[in-house]
Amino acid sequence: MAVMSIADALKAAIAEEMRRDPSVFVLGEDEDIPGGMGGAFTVTKGIGDEFGRMENVGGTVKEGRCINTPISEIAIAGLCVGSAMYGMRPVADLQYCDFLFCMMDQLVNQAAKMRYMSGGKLSVPMVMRCPTGATNRGAQHAQSPETYFAHVPGLKVVCPSTAADAKGMMKTAIRDNNPVIFFEHKLLYGSKRKEAGALNPSGEVPDGDYTVPFGKAAIRREGKDITVVANLLMSYKAQEAAAELEKEGIDCEIIDPRSLLPFDYETVVNSLRKTGKLMIVHEDTYNCGWGAQLASYIAENEIFLLDAPIVRVAALDTPVPFSPILENYVIPSKERIMEEARRLAAF
Amino acid sequence: MSVMPAKEKAVGMYSKMYEIREYEETVKYLFFEGIMPGTIHQSAGEEATAVGTIYDLRRDDVIFSTHRPAGHDIAKGVSLRAMMCEMFGKAEGCCAGKGGAMHTGDFSLGAPPANAIVGGNIPIAAGAALAFKMQHKDSVAVSFMGDGATNEGSFHEGLNFAATWKLPVIYICENNLYSANTSIHLTTLLENPAADRGSAYGMPGYVVDGQDVLAVNEAMEKAVVRARAGEGPTILELKTYRKYGHSRNDACGYRPKDEEAAWFARDPVKCFRERLINEGVCTDGELSAIEEKITAAIEEAVEYAKNAPFPTLESALDDVYAD
Repeated sequence: MAVMSIADALKAAIAEEMRRDPSVFVLGEDEDIPGGMGGAFTVTKGIGDEFGRMENVGGTVKEGRCINTPISEIAIAGLCVGSAMYGMRPVADLQYCDFLFCMMDQLVNQAAKMRYMSGGKLSVPMVMRCPTGATNRGAQHAQSPETYFAHVPGLKVVCPSTAADAKGMMKTAIRDNNPVIFFEHKLLYGSKRKEAGALNPSGEVPDGDYTVPFGKAAIRREGKDITVVANLLMSYKAQEAAAELEKEGIDCEIIDPRSLLPFDYETVVNSLRKTGKLMIVHEDTYNCGWGAQLASYIAENEIFLLDAPIVRVAALDTPVPFSPILENYVIPSKERIMEEARRLAAF
Repeated sequence: MSVMPAKEKAVGMYSKMYEIREYEETVKYLFFEGIMPGTIHQSAGEEATAVGTIYDLRRDDVIFSTHRPAGHDIAKGVSLRAMMCEMFGKAEGCCAGKGGAMHTGDFSLGAPPANAIVGGNIPIAAGAALAFKMQHKDSVAVSFMGDGATNEGSFHEGLNFAATWKLPVIYICENNLYSANTSIHLTTLLENPAADRGSAYGMPGYVVDGQDVLAVNEAMEKAVVRARAGEGPTILELKTYRKYGHSRNDACGYRPKDEEAAWFARDPVKCFRERLINEGVCTDGELSAIEEKITAAIEEAVEYAKNAPFPTLESALDDVYAD
């Protein structure tokens, strides 16, 4: 087993899949431009060197499987849809997930619906890589918009938070025959690009070719008092909170859903049989965040497992402010998670 | 002046044009009879643009159509039965009843579901062309759009990418002068909103008489040769006119009557028929015999579709995801 950052794990997955399957290619803004960063967060650095850059040099288009695109989000997504329909497996880099909204038509009206409208005659195997999360960049480079896409039948939405999951789920995403919206948290990359508040979740990555399935949650910490369901950065915040709460005698079980569509309700329900108390933590805003769906599912189907009202800890319903003190106030913190957990434990 | 091709091709083109016209007239009748669900955006009046561009394409060439797709689909070879079943929402429809009038097409024939988002197919067609280029195939992708689509952001982004990467795609603007109810001249200053913009992306753009199927066919041939040779995309702006409104209940109160009269006098089906007779390619009797067969085939397709089974309710849950 090698220890890798998430950025390197993602790169390894993409490169291995490109070696395995000539239909896999990468495209995006600043996609391994020589002397550049390799996307915004280093993931594709070196891919162009190995697989060639498809670019127009003096009127001749060179061959290659790394395409550095114009800043044209509609084109990036449309190129994915069209090339995927005709035998390719594009892996696109968006730099910042906020730009998803520029390509919304292509993802929601086109990628998600094309197979259905064709009566099942075609498929759209594409991966849209979306760096997500608040990182002192202000409101348009800070959102956690996973839920918008979890609402769309025809898409898959995943959000790995460890290096092993990042690699295995990227491989699953590339091999999947459907459009996959792949969220990567900016503070979890562990790349050379330094970010205030970044964690370094580098971890052991299994050797050889392996995949991690969608729709299967991971239990990050076992506990008996409260079930905490938290994704991406919040799964780490929840673990930090749990380590302190343990000293107060509150024992949290932490579940990282890893994929939001499909969602593994079963693992949550099994945990609730033990704890009877549910807390959901996400960086997306409170109103209609994915926690609302999970809470609703449990209320509809498993309400008798609950010994207390469901608690949701989410970003406040504001745009993400710039000033670090405001951003920290709006985004769920370890302290807020602990406070809510104490309240829930005492219920 | 466009040049008359050999008789077989000329008659083949006329037959397709007549098939499209009769299909659209029949659909219009079925709608007003009240037995067909949904809405319609008819391509009647635009038969020369569909047949002129698609007639010589290969099966492995692909077309990306619009909310007004019937002419394109029929020209690409989607069967009348499959089209009519789709219009009635039947299981044997070309999209299994999940597409409808704005999404007809058959992927296996190089006609993926038509796209009812204006301009939506422009970057998708570039993507298909990118796939062909990366796979070293000489297939081409053809993207249809109306004049209104030239004001979409996807037009700019798609054309810029296609030109820069020299993709084998042909952009066809069927400029029927109106974006739904609005004259294109109220929303852009350009006389030729598609062709004039080609140069902005380093892409050849041509204005062609969209009522003359042979002129369209000649322009398309040049564009296809260029695309197959790896020289990049072309945009053709075909000036044409809808016979009917934008959609089913649109009586075209915004179109001047003298403008309509002038365009209807140049009806593409009627004009090509006259030309075939005047230039001695066919007799009136030969064409009438062809027309009768087509009319009978459409009647048969309607009867078949009316009696065909609806999809099972459970099938609504199929095809959301691929395995």
